[in-house]
Amino acid sequence: MILGVPIELLLFLILVAIAVVVARLRDLFAAAMLTGIFSLVSAGLFVLMDAVDVAFTEAAVGAGIATVLFLGTLSLTERHERQQKTRLLPFLVVGLTGAALLYGTVDMPAYGDVDAPLHNDLTDEFVHGSEHIEIPNVVTTVLASYRSYDTLGETTVIFTAAVGVMILLGGQRRPRRKGDELLPDPDETGAGDPS
Amino acid sequence: MRDKIILRVVSKALIPPIFLFALYVQFHGDFGPGGGFQAGVLFAAGFVLYGLIFGLDAVQQVFPPKAVEVGTALGVLLYAGVGVAGLLLGGNFLDYNVLGHGHHGQHWGILLVELGVGVTVTCAMTAIFYFFAGRAQK
Repeated sequence: MILGVPIELLLFLILVAIAVVVARLRDLFAAAMLTGIFSLVSAGLFVLMDAVDVAFTEAAVGAGIATVLFLGTLSLTERHERQQKTRLLPFLVVGLTGAALLYGTVDMPAYGDVDAPLHNDLTDEFVHGSEHIEIPNVVTTVLASYRSYDTLGETTVIFTAAVGVMILLGGQRRPRRKGDELLPDPDETGAGDPS
Repeated sequence: MRDKIILRVVSKALIPPIFLFALYVQFHGDFGPGGGFQAGVLFAAGFVLYGLIFGLDAVQQVFPPKAVEVGTALGVLLYAGVGVAGLLLGGNFLDYNVLGHGHHGQHWGILLVELGVGVTVTCAMTAIFYFFAGRAQK
């Protein structure tokens, strides 16, 4: 841990530096790539905190898929943000929100505190339950079994997001015949159609 | 990007290991980091990489948009179906213990549920890419 603390501090400083640069950049391509790097550095922080499942998700989603989707969006718009004069109100709102979030962490137990509620109430139950059904990864047991309702809800959220994109971006496909189904066969009038 | 020979060769070498790793993450989630969500994102990353290098038409021949649309719903149905199966076998909704003897019920339940998450995430992420890339082509 003696060596670990400076590494975490360094990663946090890199995160702050990237965030400031992303906010100031006008080149949206560079901003998208830096957002991906931001996620990758966050994933490094999660690994240092022994949260490998979260780190895995952050690296795969934040640095992987999200960056690709940003690039896909960029190809639909311009590469450079138009010059705007610096506005004070948005800056104040963002600053106040950040300060409120920081204030919220004051009440939280210190990182690694053995007396934290996280380490006392349910963790033993989860760990022993996971050992009982012989599944070594407690995170999987919690997500897929103990909190299965939550995960069902999250899967439904992803489903809903995809359906939303299909409706918003696929909406101008014309039906084959009048009174035909709302979403016609994508093989015929689909996204790959160059017309 | 079809003319870039380095991208073509490297991505052809990379895509099979990506899918293999995604399968490993999907079915090894009980024992190590990972699970359906991460595996789904990896699968989608493989398809998206193929689509970026070889074009939208090529990837849609491998993974047709119809299959993507059906798969998005199928994963959620599989997940909820496991819950209903628990109900039909006399347990509560999403109670895995009634699905098999001893610990096997929990193992089957977690495996199927993670599979449902994986299918939905793969198809949802791929669908988002298809629709964005499809607009860029027009």
